[in-house]
Amino acid sequence: MIQFVLMVNRQGQTRLSRYYQSVALNRRAALEADVVRCCLSRKKDQCSFVEYKDFKLVYRQYAALYIVVGVTDSENELSIYELVHNFVEVLDKYFSRIMFNLDRVHVILDEMIQNGHIVETNKSRILAPLSAIDKMADS
Amino acid sequence: CVLHLPLQEMIRAIRSARTQCEERGVIQRECAAIRAQFRQADNGGRSHNLAKLLYVHMLGYPAHFGQMECVRMIASPRYSEKRVGYLGAMMLLDEKQDASLLITNSIKNDLSHSNQYVQSLALCTLACMGSAEMCRDLAPEIDRLLRASNSYIKKKAALCAVHIVRKVHDLGELFAPAARSLLAEKNHGVLHGAVVLITELCERNPETLERFRKTVPDLVQIMKGLVISGYSPEHDVAGISDPFLQVRILRLLRILGRNNEAASDAMNDLLAQVATNTDSTKTVGNAVLYETVLTVLDIKSESGLRVLAVNILGRFLLNNDRNIRYIAMTSLQRIVGTDHNAVQRHRGTIVDCLKDQDASVKRRALELSLALVSATNIRSMMKELLLFLSSCPLELRAQAASGIFNAAERYAPSQRWHIDTILHVLTTAGGDVRDETVPNLIQLITNTSELHCYTVHKLYRALLSDISQQSLVQVACWCIGEYGDLLLRGECQETEPVQVTEDDVLDALETVLQSHMSAPATRGFALTATMKLSTRITDNVDRIRSIVSIYGSCIDVELQQRAVEYNALFKKYDHMRAAVLERMPVIEKNSPGHTNGESTREAVKEVQPAKVKQAETLLPQQPASQVCDLLDLLGGSEEPLQPNPAVGSTLPVLPVSTSSTAGGDLLDLLGGLEPTPLTPAPTVTVYEKGGVTLTLSSEKQSDSGLTVTLTACNSTDSDISSFTLQAAVPKSVQLHMKAPSGDSLPARGAAKVTQMVALSNPNKVNLKMRIRISYTSQGSAFQDTVQVDSFPEH
Repeated sequence: MIQFVLMVNRQGQTRLSRYYQSVALNRRAALEADVVRCCLSRKKDQCSFVEYKDFKLVYRQYAALYIVVGVTDSENELSIYELVHNFVEVLDKYFSRIMFNLDRVHVILDEMIQNGHIVETNKSRILAPLSAIDKMADS
Repeated sequence: CVLHLPLQEMIRAIRSARTQCEERGVIQRECAAIRAQFRQADNGGRSHNLAKLLYVHMLGYPAHFGQMECVRMIASPRYSEKRVGYLGAMMLLDEKQDASLLITNSIKNDLSHSNQYVQSLALCTLACMGSAEMCRDLAPEIDRLLRASNSYIKKKAALCAVHIVRKVHDLGELFAPAARSLLAEKNHGVLHGAVVLITELCERNPETLERFRKTVPDLVQIMKGLVISGYSPEHDVAGISDPFLQVRILRLLRILGRNNEAASDAMNDLLAQVATNTDSTKTVGNAVLYETVLTVLDIKSESGLRVLAVNILGRFLLNNDRNIRYIAMTSLQRIVGTDHNAVQRHRGTIVDCLKDQDASVKRRALELSLALVSATNIRSMMKELLLFLSSCPLELRAQAASGIFNAAERYAPSQRWHIDTILHVLTTAGGDVRDETVPNLIQLITNTSELHCYTVHKLYRALLSDISQQSLVQVACWCIGEYGDLLLRGECQETEPVQVTEDDVLDALETVLQSHMSAPATRGFALTATMKLSTRITDNVDRIRSIVSIYGSCIDVELQQRAVEYNALFKKYDHMRAAVLERMPVIEKNSPGHTNGESTREAVKEVQPAKVKQAETLLPQQPASQVCDLLDLLGGSEEPLQPNPAVGSTLPVLPVSTSSTAGGDLLDLLGGLEPTPLTPAPTVTVYEKGGVTLTLSSEKQSDSGLTVTLTACNSTDSDISSFTLQAAVPKSVQLHMKAPSGDSLPARGAAKVTQMVALSNPNKVNLKMRIRISYTSQGSAFQDTVQVDSFPEH
């Protein structure tokens, strides 16, 4: 299962974090710093999977942003690798028309991943509720 | 949109802060404002304040004061407020917080809300942080939603059920029927959720797993549909139809097929189909292939299918994408034990991956390469491994060195090759080898007597060029000490002859002794080696004497002690020096093809004149003749060696006692190990008169050595004092009586007196012993004699 999703910039600042496995607040900062250090220090020719403590990190870089997903040992790394890309494509599709909004990113994430498992990967199905929510929010 | 600005503005303000301090300032101000807003009555901007707080929380700042606000927001009728409230609950609340109890009711109500998006919020939150209590409470509701709702809700309910089952295992039973029926759905989101739920149920309960095996045909059908069906725009990801669902189904099939022939058979064809038809040009396809391979290798699949799977991994190894190569390595490693031959076919590619840029791939390649070493490929593999060792990353060196040693141990084609290999490793990575390498190598060298000359020459040369690698230096010193005479002789069949003078050798050892690079243990080796040379060289013994006496005042206590004892060996015990320092006998290994590790280390430490470690692990056997010679030399010593009977023979124990009294007992020089007989020796009563009983037990120590234990007991009513035993044996037999345990025998057998006698019968004459018993009882002196004609053999 997925344990956490992080979006960090090149300076290591957290832009988004969601935890699907409970991690104490005081440990999160250390974990995030550590994970980020792991990924940011990787070279171009190294693979996108890092063994970290008792789970695995799958990371992808998009311009100045790193997306890091922490998964348990049993997960298929290639599948998660594709999931990250799927997520980015959804964000791309949605925010091409709308100004970037962190709150909406959370909504999208919740439509894709729930309690550590994939819930939907079809882009239209992920974004359909959002237009409804947008309408509700405006009213 | 205007409403979004407050959060965005705050984010901008935080990001523009130039220092941590400034950032903290911004955040403190914002939090104060947020807290004030929370205290106010309902206003339009509540959700934005909470949203801002959640952002602050994400940055790592305390946000607990927002917990109650979450509870309030969740209860709000406005969707935007509910939404932020639930998100806040997921981020700020866990079951340990009291506030989480307060939202149970809201969740319950919202689960049956008319708006599916509200239902969705409740499901999501329950699945995220629902306590066992809440789960038990709401499980029936979730089951209802699993059966009768739209696909949007069903897929979320399925994953919510996963969480519930994790929290309350028993509830698995509740969801099993609904999960089963969900497999008939067409919507992929629901299917996916159903598969995850079924996987969870099967992993938790073996009985449930049994029942769900019946779904294998259904799962196979669904997979077939995905693999064979034409392009489906709805689910297409780079040409593969819903790869995520395929991967989940394959994983479930794995669990169902494991250890079950029938289930494995039922999925065999499908797996072959997926393996052959899936497009492997993109990562997506490879993700599916990867999962397929894992499944094939884990279930009871046909051998043909297994070969197909391993070949896919072999192809992965050649893929340009390093992620794919890494995956292949990991998988191959998992199966190298079970499918060894199949993996061997890809050995070439694996060895090439030793040169991969990626450290994880390198590590995997190393582990795999070591696993693939065999008697047939040892020479070529070792070339590659040694090459790898010289350039591998630091964190892998210890592992590589250790692996190389093991491989060399098991498959060495010749002893010279073996020694050369170990020396190569010590030269390249001597600092990263494990401790037991030194004694293991020493044992190997000792046992390869025909190569002593070659080895000592090679090591001497290595020592001259570099004294920084401690393990190498230690072994070199030890060899020079042992085989220095061979070194000085100059000629050697295996290497080029080189002229080495006594001074050269002593210079080399002294360099080690004095170098700041040498570890204390290494210096110990060097000092001992120098001492040993005193019996192997002719001209420079005085130089050795002076070195030894200098170190007698060394600050290092260990060195000082050694030096002082060697001094004693020069002075008072010079007549023993040759014997004490003579060549080590061959050390036997515990078992073939297996390094001794611990025990050898102990043995080797023993054979250096060092402190004895009492009662240690099993020590290897020594030929008895060596020890008996020592015994002869010792003449009338009172305390002979007490060999460890467990091993059955004596050791070349040349340990020195812990007390550094130079003029101490001869006994101390030899020390001794605590005898621990494994089984009690048979005893025989040899004398019984006047209430005094004398029993005798004997234990064969070697061909001609025997230890006799005499035990006396007093069954009379009065104490006996001055109890002494004297013994006489035939002329050619040597006898050494150990000091008795005491000389008084209290009445009524309250205590016994024991005395041990060591006999040596090299001429193997008929062994007899006459024992004279003397004691005082009730004021009168008693004396008696008894002859023992036969000894019970152990």
